[in-house]
Amino acid sequence: MSEAGLTGDALVEVRNLKVHFPITAGILRRTVGEVRAVDDVSFDISSGETLGLVGESGCGKTTAGRAILRLAEITSGSIRIMGTDIVKADARSVRELRPLMQMIFQDPQASLNPRMTVADIIGEPLREHEASTLRRRQDRVDELMESVGLNRDHASRYPHEFSGGQRQRIGIARALALNPRLIVCDEPIAALDVSIQAQVVNLLEELQDRFELTYLFISHDLGMVRHIADRVAVMYLGTIVELAPRSDLYADPKHPYTEALLSAVPEPNPATERERQRIILEGDVPSPANAPSGCVFCTRCPKAIDLCRRERPEFTKIGPSRFVACHLAGTDQPGPQANLRPVPSN
Amino acid sequence: MFHYTVRRLLYAIPTLLLISLILFLLLDLAPGDPTAQLPLTIPPDVKERIRASLGLGEPIHIRYLLWLQQFFVNESLHLISELTGWDISGDRQRVISWQTRSPVVDIVIQRLPQTLWVVGLSYVVGIAIALPIGIISAYRQYSWFDQVGTFVSMVGFSVPTFFTGVLLIVIFSVHLGWLPSIYDTTHVVTDWNSFLFQIRQLLMPVFVLALFNAAQISRFMRASMLDNLNLDYVRTARSKGLAERAVILVHVLRNSMIPVVTVIALGVPSVFGGAIITEQIFKVNGLGQLLIIAIEASDIPMVQTLSFIFAILIVLFNLIADVIYGILDPRIRYD
Repeated sequence: MSEAGLTGDALVEVRNLKVHFPITAGILRRTVGEVRAVDDVSFDISSGETLGLVGESGCGKTTAGRAILRLAEITSGSIRIMGTDIVKADARSVRELRPLMQMIFQDPQASLNPRMTVADIIGEPLREHEASTLRRRQDRVDELMESVGLNRDHASRYPHEFSGGQRQRIGIARALALNPRLIVCDEPIAALDVSIQAQVVNLLEELQDRFELTYLFISHDLGMVRHIADRVAVMYLGTIVELAPRSDLYADPKHPYTEALLSAVPEPNPATERERQRIILEGDVPSPANAPSGCVFCTRCPKAIDLCRRERPEFTKIGPSRFVACHLAGTDQPGPQANLRPVPSN
Repeated sequence: MFHYTVRRLLYAIPTLLLISLILFLLLDLAPGDPTAQLPLTIPPDVKERIRASLGLGEPIHIRYLLWLQQFFVNESLHLISELTGWDISGDRQRVISWQTRSPVVDIVIQRLPQTLWVVGLSYVVGIAIALPIGIISAYRQYSWFDQVGTFVSMVGFSVPTFFTGVLLIVIFSVHLGWLPSIYDTTHVVTDWNSFLFQIRQLLMPVFVLALFNAAQISRFMRASMLDNLNLDYVRTARSKGLAERAVILVHVLRNSMIPVVTVIALGVPSVFGGAIITEQIFKVNGLGQLLIIAIEASDIPMVQTLSFIFAILIVLFNLIADVIYGILDPRIRYD
C-alpha cells in the first residue's frame, strides 16, 4: 500500500505504524511475547479535516492516538507531521514540536493535575514554550478560558471544583494554549453526561472553524463520529480495516466488521428502528497478544472464506479515497449468509 | 482549617484524659514493687513505711487524681514560673521520680537533647536517603537500581536494630577499632578534633536507625510515585512539552509527596520517644533509655509521665499530619 491517503498536503502521514508492548514473565522478567496494540497502520490526515477513528474497547485506537504524539513508545513505522518524522526525532526536537500537536484526554478529572490551579494548568505550556511575561500569560489564559466558555474569574480554582463538562473545557483550553495544528481527541466525550456531550462536541467544531484545527477524533460512539468526522477509519485488533469518507462509510460499508458495527447503531426513528437488522458477531475479540494468522477478523467474520484464514488481506484502495482490508471487498460474491437477526423489541 | 484545628484540639482533651487513665490502671495492675530492689536486710515494716511514703497507701482513684493534679496543674504552673520568672507555683508538689527523688519533667528535659540529636538526626538522614531512592526506584521500576533498593529496604525493615547495632559494633569497634561503641553524651564540641569525634560517635547509632527509617519511607515514596506515574495528568504534562525532569519533579513528585509527608509527620513522635533498643545498645542516655530503666525499677511516676508525654505527641502529630494533608491537597477541605 503506497499512498494510503490522499492529496499531497497531508498534515500527518502515518506509515506502517507498529506499537508492540512486551509481555514479561518469570523471575527474570524475560520477554515471552508481545501485545500488538497497533499493528501496521497507515493513514493520512489532511489539514483542516476531522478523521474519526472508531473501534471497540482494546482495539488500539487510543494507543494509535498517543503514538502519533509520541506519548507511547513506537516499535516501528514512520509518522510525519508537517514533514518532520517524529519517530526518528530525539526527545528534544519532539519537545520543540509539542506546540504543533496536542491531545484532549478521555478522563478530564485524571488528566488535570489536582494540585495546580486552572491558570497554572493552562499557563504552563506558555511558560515552557513562549518566553512571555506573567502579564501576557495571564491575558492569554483569560482569553483561552473565554474561548472555551469558562468564566475567567475561576482561573485560580482547582480542577476538582469544576463539573465534568467544565473540566473537559479546561483540558481543551490547555490543548489550545500553544495554537496547535493537530489535536488528538481521545474519546473526549466518553466520560461526560449525554447532555454535556453535545455541548463539548459543538465547542470542538466551533474551535475547529475558528483556529483551523485538524482533529483525530477517537471514539466508540458511531453516531457522534458521523456528526463530527469528515472521514472515518475503523480499527479492529490493532489494524485499520476500513477507511472512507463519512457518507460513503455509513451508506455503504465495505468491510464485514464495519457492517456489523453500523448495524448496532440504534435508529432515532422508532419506525425504522423496528426494521433494523443487527448482525450479531459470534465469539470474542481475540487477544492482541495472539492475533489470528490470516485476516484479524476471520475468527468472527460471518463471511469468512478459507483464504481469509490463510492470508492477511492488503489494505487496498477500492475507490476514490476508500480503503479496505478485506479479500471479499470489490468482488461481488456475497459469501456465506450473514448472521442477521432482527433487533429484539426490548 | 482554623476551626477544624481548634475543634480537633478540644477533642484531644477527653482522648488524652482517657489515655492517662488507661495508662495509670495498666501500670497499677502490672506486677512490680518499687521496694523490690532494696536490700533484704530492711525489715518488712520499714519497707511498708517506705511504700506508704511513696503514696502507695492511698486508694487508686486518689493516686490517679493526685497525679492528674501534679502533672497538669503543678507542672504547668512550674513551667510558667520557670519561663517567666514569676513566682506562681509556690511549694506545689511536682511529679517526683521514685528512683532519683527529683522531678520527672526536669529529668526529661535533661535527656531530651541527646535523643533529639541521635534519633532526630537519624530520622532526617533516613528521609534524605529514602526520598531519592523511592523516586528513582519508581521511575525505573524493576531496573537493577529498583531491585537493589527493594532488597536493601527489605533488609532494613526486617532486620531488628538490636542485630544491626551489635553487628556494627562488632565490626567497626571491636575488629576494626574505627568507631567508639559508646556514645559519650558529656562530650563537648570545642574544636575541629572534638567535632570529628562527635561525628564518629554519631555514625553508628544514626546509621542503624536511619537504615530502618529509610527502609519504610522509601517504600512509601516508591508506591506513591508509582500510583501517580501512570495517571493521565502526567501524560498531559508530557504533551505540554515539558522536560522529563520537570514532569517528574514538578508534577509527579508534588502529588506523590502528599501521603509521604503524612507518614513522615506521623513518625515524628517516635523520634521523641527515642529508640529504646538502639539507645540502650550505644548507651545514649536519652528518653528511650530513661523509660527502660524506669520500667526496670518500677518507677511508676516516671513511666506514667513519659508514656503520657508520648501519647500527647502522637495525638498532636496526628493532627499536624491531617492539617498538612489539607494544605498540600486542595481537594481536601476541613469545615
